[in-house]
Amino acid sequence: MPNLNINGRNMSVEAAGDTPLLWVIREQLQMTGTKFGCGAGLCGACTVHVNGEAVRSCQTAVSEVAGKKITTIEGLGAKGEHPLQKAWVAEQVPQCGYCQSGQIMQAASLLAKNTNPTKEEVVAHMDGNLCRCMTYSRIQRAIMRAASEMRTASTGTDRRNT
Amino acid sequence: MNKQVKITNGEPTDLSRRTFLIGTAAAGVTLGYAAIPGSLGLDKAMAAPAKIDPSVWYSIAPDGLITVTVGKADMGQHIASTMAQMVAEELGSNWKDMRVSLSGNDPKFNDPMLGALITGGSWSTMMNFDAMSRAGAAGRIALTEAAAGMMGVPAAELTVRDSVITHAKSKKSKTFAEVVKSGKVTKTFTPDELKAIKLKTPDQYSMIGVSVPQLDIPFKVNGTAKYGIDTFLPGMVYGKLVLPPVRFGATVKSVDDSAAKKVPGFIKAVVLDDKTGSTTGWIVAVAKTYQDARKAADALKVTWDHGPNANVSSESLLAEAKRLQQKGDAGLFFVKNGDTGAALGTAAKVLEAEYTTNINIHCPMEPMNCTAHKEGDIWHVHTGNQFATRTGAIAAGAAGVDPKYVVLHQAWLGGGFGRRLDGDMTVPAVQAAKAVGKPVKVIYSREDDVTMDFSRPLTYQKIKAGLDADGKVVAMNHDVVSAWPTKRWGIPDFLSPSVDKKGALDAFTVNGADFFYSVPNHNVRAILNELAQSATPSGQLRSVAPGWTFWAVESMIDELAHAAGRDPAQFRIAMLDGAGDNDGGAQRLRNTLLAAMGLAGYGTKKLPKGEGMGVACVSSQERKTASWTACVAHVAVSPSGEITPKKLTVATDVGTAVNPDGIRAQVEGGALWGLSLALYEKATLKDGGIEQTNFDTYTPLRMSQMPEVSVHIIANGEHATGVGEPTVTVIAPAIANAVFNAVGARVRSLPITAEAVKGAMKA
Repeated sequence: MPNLNINGRNMSVEAAGDTPLLWVIREQLQMTGTKFGCGAGLCGACTVHVNGEAVRSCQTAVSEVAGKKITTIEGLGAKGEHPLQKAWVAEQVPQCGYCQSGQIMQAASLLAKNTNPTKEEVVAHMDGNLCRCMTYSRIQRAIMRAASEMRTASTGTDRRNT
Repeated sequence: MNKQVKITNGEPTDLSRRTFLIGTAAAGVTLGYAAIPGSLGLDKAMAAPAKIDPSVWYSIAPDGLITVTVGKADMGQHIASTMAQMVAEELGSNWKDMRVSLSGNDPKFNDPMLGALITGGSWSTMMNFDAMSRAGAAGRIALTEAAAGMMGVPAAELTVRDSVITHAKSKKSKTFAEVVKSGKVTKTFTPDELKAIKLKTPDQYSMIGVSVPQLDIPFKVNGTAKYGIDTFLPGMVYGKLVLPPVRFGATVKSVDDSAAKKVPGFIKAVVLDDKTGSTTGWIVAVAKTYQDARKAADALKVTWDHGPNANVSSESLLAEAKRLQQKGDAGLFFVKNGDTGAALGTAAKVLEAEYTTNINIHCPMEPMNCTAHKEGDIWHVHTGNQFATRTGAIAAGAAGVDPKYVVLHQAWLGGGFGRRLDGDMTVPAVQAAKAVGKPVKVIYSREDDVTMDFSRPLTYQKIKAGLDADGKVVAMNHDVVSAWPTKRWGIPDFLSPSVDKKGALDAFTVNGADFFYSVPNHNVRAILNELAQSATPSGQLRSVAPGWTFWAVESMIDELAHAAGRDPAQFRIAMLDGAGDNDGGAQRLRNTLLAAMGLAGYGTKKLPKGEGMGVACVSSQERKTASWTACVAHVAVSPSGEITPKKLTVATDVGTAVNPDGIRAQVEGGALWGLSLALYEKATLKDGGIEQTNFDTYTPLRMSQMPEVSVHIIANGEHATGVGEPTVTVIAPAIANAVFNAVGARVRSLPITAEAVKGAMKA
């Protein structure tokens, strides 16, 4: 019966240790923003953060993350105000929207470390996230927009060096 | 039977749709669509509209919020938002006040032209523009008249903007909310009155043509959008499929659940009794949690009789297609103009070529799923679906009840692309729920979703065309051999009579081959590949037939141009002369091609060795629902045949752009879909089963494979047309034509591989 810390809340869940974190989050805790896409770590729809790192929750056993800090799309920015979420709206990124939680979580792990990524860095970081509607160009634009906003918000400090 | 539009206060504004149905039923016939009687009890489901109450198209609440109920499936094309935008233009409402809700399978919300709840064909905007506009206008008139009474001024002196009704002279104004709250809104419209409403002209638009933010985006960035897979019901348990190794035709010989019984939470293995033709020999393992259901499914020991398709492969499907094409009497004529035999006999030059496409899989990011639950006599099925009318009937068939006892609860679709026109996902959910007496959520694994897809069929086309001494195309015989996806539905009205009335053909396999080029002698035959029909139940994949017909036509036109020693773009322009029935359409396509050429710098840029530009231009699924789309593809080809797409320049004439940014999004996605099908996506059948199972072996385009895509929308004031699909079809031929211009290699099979390019370079 693992204890999980999700979005700052401690929760006890009833699940065998080998259960993928994805199914615990989605079907037990009914936090459905995290999506099931492939079950094999090939599409990124299930991306969450564990201790700040983007991981595929479909490939992460719940026993591996007990006691670690898990963040889902619901916990990224209350009311959708994370710079990436705002940029996603500004660029009108989502079409069907199903993969976008995973896209945003994947992108957030990049911008947390680097608010001035090159296009190549964005592509390299995001290439594991499939979007079947193929909103890729808007995803790129939104990441750049959010990065710019985050740089401005941090009064021009280049976080790459910090 | 209510023939009036009625707006009353105290409850949501109530606009009848029946009037529109009556008013536009004839138009549906004109376009060749009909109401949809048919098998699986669907006739009963479809008969219902005559007996039901008028629908609520939109409501205005006392707080001024306007909720448009949308009978269309929203799979990311933002059609719900677009419908609201069309209402808002005529209603005069503020965009901030607009909301949308999704209808289920209630026939009240049937498409006014199609007579069913179906979303596809890039039809929605085109077919609903007039009806939604009139609904909006009727609301404005009613509100204005009520406001006039409240203000004591003539209604004719009032103006409506941003949900406020203003009398400029007296500087009085009333908000929609105030008018609704007053209880003074009563108005009825006869169908004739509704029809007589003078709609705005394009110069009066303040909402159409504006890229207002899509209403479905805010909740898609914070995880709160609800898809079918996000359904939860009290006491719900889970189902996981166990599929046979062959796509269709297997039967279950035995099920040993002794190991599955050791899985905690395992409830039951249900062998499906599926008479709906979805698949055969499938089983659902039911357990308390999805993880348990997965484990139980893995633990089940099932033996199958692999059935008649156990040895079918992509190779045997293609061989059968070639055999059928060579039979002189095969198939049915979709186009039969002039005398191709005589014209080919006297042509100065005759070209003959075969074009093929492999099997393709839809792979929406949300795998198929359904949650089913019986409450009293009513079956509730929760699933995002593009064809609620038919899917409700399929669920009813699975439950063994009349379709009127099925309520389909629609959700946002995590991708559709045609996959969710099918209703197979309701079968395991309903039958498992019936077997265990509890609500069951069935979630297809990605492997289930890929291998049990209703795929884009493998296609084989042969074109024989003749040029006269002046290099003009005088004749074309075009044979299209494929499974017939729409025939599989078993709905006769979705089939079309052949031009010589010798039988019914599936036009959704040959649409597009009736192009807008002037070719005086032109035959198109639709030939059913029965082997493929039985072994690979096929479906409608984004753009459907034009995804293969334009591949063949636009490649052959290029080959003919080169054979005639002409520039392929100029060759097309000469063929788009607007003669006869092509008048109007041909000129629009020509103009769109010219726009794309200009925007890409076609014929003006000097390209390095190994690079080339290629053109293609296409219409849409039906001639009468056409948008006009052209692409100039710029590629670089390495000596080993590797293609690097450098830029896709796409121009599309949509007549009236309701939401330009939404159109741009569809065209951007469509272009990349087209590229993905052209270069990266291939499924194969072996031993009767789809070999690919997940995104490691079936590989849609990723971000790193995206070239520059330059999108240009032409809005020339003609009627609004659809954009979800056409761009998909223009890319592959444009790429192939660019490859030829780059290195002289002609490839005729999709997807285009480096090996094929290299082989063609040598040839």
